[in-house]
Amino acid sequence: MKCGVVVFPGSNCDHDVYHVLKHVLEQDATFLWHQDESLKGCELIVLPGGFSYGDYLRAGALAALSPVMAAVKRHAEAGGLVLGICNGFQVLLEAGLLPGAMRRNASLRFQCKDVFLKTERTGLPFTRKLREGQVLRLPIAHAEGNYEDFPEALDRLEAERRVVFRYCTEDGDVTAAANPNGAARNIAGICNAAGNVLGLMPHPERCSESVLGNTDGLALLAGAVEVARGVLAAAGERR
Amino acid sequence: MSVEVSQTSTQGEPALRITPEILKRHGMTGEEFERLQKILGRDPSWTELGITSALWSEHCSYKSSKIYLREFPTTGPHVVQGPGENAGIVDIGHGWVAAFKMESHNHPSFIEPYQGSMTGVGGILRDIFTMGARPIACMDALRFGEIDAPRMRFLIDGVVRGIGDYGNCVGIPTIGGETGFHRCYNGNILVNAFALGIARHDKIFHARASGAGNPVLYAGSRTGRDGIHGATMASESFDAGSEKKRPTVQVGDPFTEKILLEACLEAMRTGAIVAIQDMGAAGLTSSSFEMAGRGGTGLRLDLDQVPLREPGLTPYEMMLSESQERMVLVAKKGREEELIKVFRRWGLEVAPIGEITDTGRAVLTWHGDTVADIPIQPLTEEAPVYRRPVAEPSDLAARWQAPEVPAPEDLCGTLEKLLGTPEFASKSWIWTQYDYSVRTNTVQGPGGDAAVLLLKGTPAGIAMTSDVNPVYCYLDPRRGGMQAVAEAVRNLACAGAEPVGLTDCLNFGNPENPEISWQFREVVRGMSEACTALGVPVISGNVSFYNETEGQSIYPTPTVGMVGVVPNVANLPDPNFTRAGDRIVLLGRGGSEFGGAAYLRLLHDIEQGRPPAVDLDAELRLARLLRELIAKSLVRTAHDLSEGGFLISLAECCLGRGMGATVTAPYEGADLFSETQARALVACAPIVVERVLAAAEEAGVPAVDLGETGGGELVVRSGSDILRAPVATLHEIWSTALPKALGL
Repeated sequence: MKCGVVVFPGSNCDHDVYHVLKHVLEQDATFLWHQDESLKGCELIVLPGGFSYGDYLRAGALAALSPVMAAVKRHAEAGGLVLGICNGFQVLLEAGLLPGAMRRNASLRFQCKDVFLKTERTGLPFTRKLREGQVLRLPIAHAEGNYEDFPEALDRLEAERRVVFRYCTEDGDVTAAANPNGAARNIAGICNAAGNVLGLMPHPERCSESVLGNTDGLALLAGAVEVARGVLAAAGERR
Repeated sequence: MSVEVSQTSTQGEPALRITPEILKRHGMTGEEFERLQKILGRDPSWTELGITSALWSEHCSYKSSKIYLREFPTTGPHVVQGPGENAGIVDIGHGWVAAFKMESHNHPSFIEPYQGSMTGVGGILRDIFTMGARPIACMDALRFGEIDAPRMRFLIDGVVRGIGDYGNCVGIPTIGGETGFHRCYNGNILVNAFALGIARHDKIFHARASGAGNPVLYAGSRTGRDGIHGATMASESFDAGSEKKRPTVQVGDPFTEKILLEACLEAMRTGAIVAIQDMGAAGLTSSSFEMAGRGGTGLRLDLDQVPLREPGLTPYEMMLSESQERMVLVAKKGREEELIKVFRRWGLEVAPIGEITDTGRAVLTWHGDTVADIPIQPLTEEAPVYRRPVAEPSDLAARWQAPEVPAPEDLCGTLEKLLGTPEFASKSWIWTQYDYSVRTNTVQGPGGDAAVLLLKGTPAGIAMTSDVNPVYCYLDPRRGGMQAVAEAVRNLACAGAEPVGLTDCLNFGNPENPEISWQFREVVRGMSEACTALGVPVISGNVSFYNETEGQSIYPTPTVGMVGVVPNVANLPDPNFTRAGDRIVLLGRGGSEFGGAAYLRLLHDIEQGRPPAVDLDAELRLARLLRELIAKSLVRTAHDLSEGGFLISLAECCLGRGMGATVTAPYEGADLFSETQARALVACAPIVVERVLAAAEEAGVPAVDLGETGGGELVVRSGSDILRAPVATLHEIWSTALPKALGL
């Protein structure tokens, strides 16, 4: 099983994700260039954080049109795993792989700090190692994480249980004060209908080693890796 | 003055008369012009005049500071590269070196705060990756005026946004720094940007040209008309017309910087680069002349090949533009295509613009004409050097008169008042706008004594801090210079780090004023003395003069950026109390020293007296003790005593994690706020407190067990007084004071 970390010009968390996949989870990992038209056999694709193409026009807007994203879309449609973190989440929204849009933080300022996330849906490849309602402490670092969509679209998202993480207090209460950016309904992360594409604003790769004082993010990446290994076996049988 | 000359002596440009007005606009004196005439053996062309004025500006030439800077100790067992390159380099072990430097961007940031601070960060990052090191950390030392001063909220907001937008986009964590407020900066704020990068020991690059026939490449952004004469502007004082200087401020593009950073590091791996330098102050002029000057070579540039943002730039403008995100490279002859391929892959402009020669001259051609033909070394090596007159301030005796120290009427109220000043308030409003955790190395982020990064693949960490007390430096520049170095060593020691090198940003007023030159000389002497005694070499730095507006000078502000190595980050203590029931031990001898103390300055508006004495032996003993305690994992908390003294430091230990403490203070009354140096607080498990006290005794450091951590209150018994304050109340005051003062 191979993990692919996409590098757009301006990605800056690419090395961080690669480091966790390669050195902490000890997986075969490789970088994919924004102009690559194939995913080189990678089963788990990560769109990392950063400022792809300078986030000019809108965050993630230009990256969504890059050649590699056409391949990522095909991969997602075929059931392959795709994880978008921070800017990667913004790219997934712009590419139409996930619904909704990002606005600037309500404070109109970049915010870097630890937040608490409530796990709203388990059993996904990314959340299979988490418990329902489990509270995670993860860092955020973004200026545009204020998730928004039409009310009926948000209702649908909720009805389909596609809200995976919400900002909450340390005790798991979903409150306005615990919302760091003004996101609608405290939404921090969502998935697609099939559950194989996840986007979230916080950075699991920044809290996956005990030397950094927090390992709450590791379960998320580890779960995806385990499923990707299974997916590889299944795909092999199909071929 | 014999400047009433002449026709230009090279072809291709309109003839011009060089008048005193033209020289003034170029920041050149008549004597300097004569020196140039002598070097050339004729009158300069317009382009030559522009080039020389930039190279000989205070900003680029250090002409008023050079004679004093030579006093700094610059060698040591860890030093790989001392001053004179784009950044200094120290050995940090495990096969790694760290390149670091600090630089000022004061003038541009005061004129246009957002772009000024952005390009300050951009410039210092390029200085680091130019050396082949990947930048992994930034710090910023900011000095603002009183928050209510005109434009100040706009300046604060712009500077903070600029630093954030640049560093965040490039993906370099901003992990520390300092922010101070004082009316002396009302008309001239300070923005000092620090960056640090790491490289393998054998993969360092230099900006030293060599090899006649080797091609010179230009890479990065196109050249525009922004920032022309930026270096000259930074070498002048401000007046009412400064607003007109906005066009001399450069405009930054962090996205291009990020791409340029990756492309340069990739290009370096090809082995086809001989030398590389960024275009910083004085752009193409300083980069090409300095590279050739260091290597003792000549240089031919074909200015028709320089990528331009708009047509019609003159050679003069091209040579002086400070457009950002540009590099000059010398390639190995025949291998330039490999480099061009890398830059193209990253979507960057790249063009061969000339070649290295062995003539020792810079020959610039444009439209078939020679527009400049100058001997390089005379221009770079024989730049003017001034020993400016110095004079001790006439009111020094009055400044040193010991101040009356009123006793605090109400301890709790006094503490609350101090914690609510912008000076002591939490700066988290600032640093949460900076990405401090990207690159996943941050072990201790902003808000502590020193910031600490993990050196991946090793147990070690890199610690860094930035320190200076401008009020001390104003009252006694020599002591102030010493204290800045001593405090930096103490801050590193609180993280268990051994210092390996120092960079500085020496911010002063107009050196042509003898009192300012005196301040400068004294500060440098104080710093040198402390560096020698504490074993810290100065490996890079920057001087910023002319920090004054309408004749009102800033206080001398020698910002010290110091880097140390933590042998094992697993032992790293917290700057805050972390566990209830820990014993709190005070290290160091107390005193009653109030010269320049925050207690008098912030509560009684008194800035008087000699600043606290700096006992370098005591500092050394304390630092060694702290490192030993930390290496042996004996302490869980370590925090030094500095501005505000004992009570402030104790309160700070409680505020970070909301953990109370109950102690008996060894001081009474105002002495709780004395700023006597060489002290620190540590907290340890009760079972090891005897070992901590014994180690202190062994080290010759006075130590006293004050009490224990825990609960929701800070309780301090001091003589017959008792202070009792809920930590939550103190926290509310401390954490909201800055946004409140800013009106947010």
